[in-house]
Amino acid sequence: MAIQRKSNIRILDGNQAAAEAARLSRVQVVAAYPITPQTPLTEQLSQYVEQGELQAEYVAVESEHSAMAVCTSASLVGARAFTATSSHGLAYMHEMLHWAAGARLPIVLACVNRAIGAPWNVLNDQQDSISQRDTGWIQIYCRSNQEIIDTIIQAYRIAEQVFIPVMVCYDGYILSHTEMPVAIPDQKDVDKYLPAYKPHTSLDPSDPKNYNLVTLANPRVGVDGKLCHGYMELRYLLQEALQNSRETILQAGEEYSQIFGRDYANMFWEDHTEDAEITVVAMGSLAMEAIVAAKMLREEGIKVGVLGLRVFRPFPKSDVVRALRKSKLIVVFDKNISYGSEGATCSEIKSALYGTYINASIRNFIVGLGGRDVKAHELADATKKAIASLKETVINPDYPEWICQI
Amino acid sequence: MKVNAVSLTEQEWILPGNRTCPGCALSLAYRHTLKALEGQCIVTVPASCATVLHGMYPITAVNVPCVNTPFASTGASATGLVAGLKALGKKGITVLAFAGDGGTHDIGIQSLSGAAERQYDFIYICYDNEGYMNTGNQRSGSTPLGAVSGTTPVLGKQQYQKDMTAIMEAHGLPYVATCSASYPLDLYEKVRKARTIEGTRFLHIHTPCPPGWLFPFSDTIKMGEMAVETGLVVLYEIENGVFRLTSASESLARKGGNLQPVREYFVSQGRFKTITEEQIDELQDWVNARWKQCLHRATNL
Amino acid sequence: MGTRDCGHICDESHPGIGEAGKTGEWRILVPRIDADKCTASRLNKPTCYLCWLYCPEAVITKGIPPTINLEYCKGDGICAQVCPVQAIVMEQEDKSAA
Repeated sequence: MAIQRKSNIRILDGNQAAAEAARLSRVQVVAAYPITPQTPLTEQLSQYVEQGELQAEYVAVESEHSAMAVCTSASLVGARAFTATSSHGLAYMHEMLHWAAGARLPIVLACVNRAIGAPWNVLNDQQDSISQRDTGWIQIYCRSNQEIIDTIIQAYRIAEQVFIPVMVCYDGYILSHTEMPVAIPDQKDVDKYLPAYKPHTSLDPSDPKNYNLVTLANPRVGVDGKLCHGYMELRYLLQEALQNSRETILQAGEEYSQIFGRDYANMFWEDHTEDAEITVVAMGSLAMEAIVAAKMLREEGIKVGVLGLRVFRPFPKSDVVRALRKSKLIVVFDKNISYGSEGATCSEIKSALYGTYINASIRNFIVGLGGRDVKAHELADATKKAIASLKETVINPDYPEWICQI
Repeated sequence: MKVNAVSLTEQEWILPGNRTCPGCALSLAYRHTLKALEGQCIVTVPASCATVLHGMYPITAVNVPCVNTPFASTGASATGLVAGLKALGKKGITVLAFAGDGGTHDIGIQSLSGAAERQYDFIYICYDNEGYMNTGNQRSGSTPLGAVSGTTPVLGKQQYQKDMTAIMEAHGLPYVATCSASYPLDLYEKVRKARTIEGTRFLHIHTPCPPGWLFPFSDTIKMGEMAVETGLVVLYEIENGVFRLTSASESLARKGGNLQPVREYFVSQGRFKTITEEQIDELQDWVNARWKQCLHRATNL
Repeated sequence: MGTRDCGHICDESHPGIGEAGKTGEWRILVPRIDADKCTASRLNKPTCYLCWLYCPEAVITKGIPPTINLEYCKGDGICAQVCPVQAIVMEQEDKSAA
């Protein structure tokens, strides 16, 4: 049973919650370039540093690519590094995201989800972080500002144990600029939860090592006579670590609940899935909207459960299979699309279910791109539409439907 | 007390049997840079010939800790090392960025400019072989007028070299200097001096490249000397805004300031096989004008 | 026998001589120091050492006369060029004698 601790509750927006989490995590190097809607987060961090509330080096980098390069080198030398960005900024650092993961550096990045151009749009969708799903980062999505502050703290715990960088994503404006009551963890408790960063790398002139040199395709013998990895083996180790990180993520969540009283020992949030044959899947704040929609449908006698995806990478396939075992219809709402195909979470769900005994129909809806408001009743209507479509065919359509005004 | 070949430390931080071409000037420059720092440094290197020198996993040909970083990010990587060391309270280690002209003048200019503007405490050394030599000689912002390259194969480069040292001087740095691999003692002294100065320090080293410039690899030192004797390369340092000529450029100035004609430099390198008479004359005028400016600026003549 | 035993989780390289193999094999010409002409040798004291100074490969040591590590010398001929008394000559190498 989780301990309910009396905590300090303040009204914070998502960016403030993220800044507070970085401060509590005692990050040592912050390198962030302002971009809407992340800007107040980076401003808050520079304020903390200049006012002495956070003992860190705040690097006013000149681009996001540089922001991640500063973080990779700082992390390599042994400092706890933090950055934040959105949309084009995340895209700009794409090359460095691959680098950080391949270098196995425990950097935490807050991605304030925003649409990517062309055309320009500063409002929310999840295309930015979804576009980076192949880079090897752990990706966790938040539904509320409380989850933001809790997830960033856990992110360091996870990252520094498995040596994989973690991307904590939260919806621009819907969370970043919306104020909610947030219980602020106590610094002493965070210090207990987060030990000091112990790097696996060492940059010491008395015992020199050279990091991230060119590798060959094939294994090669090292100076000590041992056969060392080729590129493929090093990359295998990253995938293996991602696959195994599930245990660490759950453990970190469990221990978080012991100290802070909020339970994160899960790979996703489930709402009334036990008795539902229809499951709605959504990620981020959209999952909260989906819970409201599910409630509306239950009032009409339709039993709908909600699977609120939290950990997107590594994708929790077997957990998803277990949660969806009773589903006959799965309705996936994606605030992103892999152009030419379908929503990314829909593809993941299908991939998880393939080859299992679960024989469910799946319907995919693209919603909320570029900050298009998504109302609970729209989700409810779409679900009803999906139910009705089963009368025509149970075969999964090739491409998703869009909820927009085309 | 100035060093000479006898007094200079015999300790090496570059290991023999590495992948550099025979006669590689960058290797010589790096060798003496690391001597000047006594190996008490952390080096960051972008995609470049230096990466090749460093070797391939799991063996490296250098005896200093090093962080390899993507092409555009050297300045930012150096910043990250400095910021990390500062946050950890670690002192006494110099952060050295060691990049080619591609990673400095072109793709890397943004991150270098950003780092310099922030005045982060590291030494940035650009070893300039005047082209993207690591990938087989494609033109860079530092390739000279008239030079043939993989991407200027028929007409030769139609633009002048980017004066990166002047750009870095404009950042108001405490120390900015030009060096040449053919004058290793001058290079050594400049790195030693830079080591004692706080803030962003920028050094530009002219490093002739035998396979890229098309000259016999035994002539590397001679080529670098010729560049200085013709005034195509001027050896100087600017310390807190005070301009001084050094080494062979200083001697040249003191002996009357007469430069060798640039023509003799061009005829000894295959990359200038399509340079026109017009271009040679243009370059001679340009060199003369620039030399005059340097003589005027020098405070130590 | 796999590579996991090496214990690396990232690309971490350690210093080693001969990373590119025995680069002496790259040579076409080999340097020979004439002790009668070499200034250090003639004066029997540490002096000059321009060959050592200019060697890009760091394969020369400051002996009397200087010695060259032929296992790794690439034969670039810079030492021969810079020697102020022409004490070093680049010769055709008899590789069968190695």
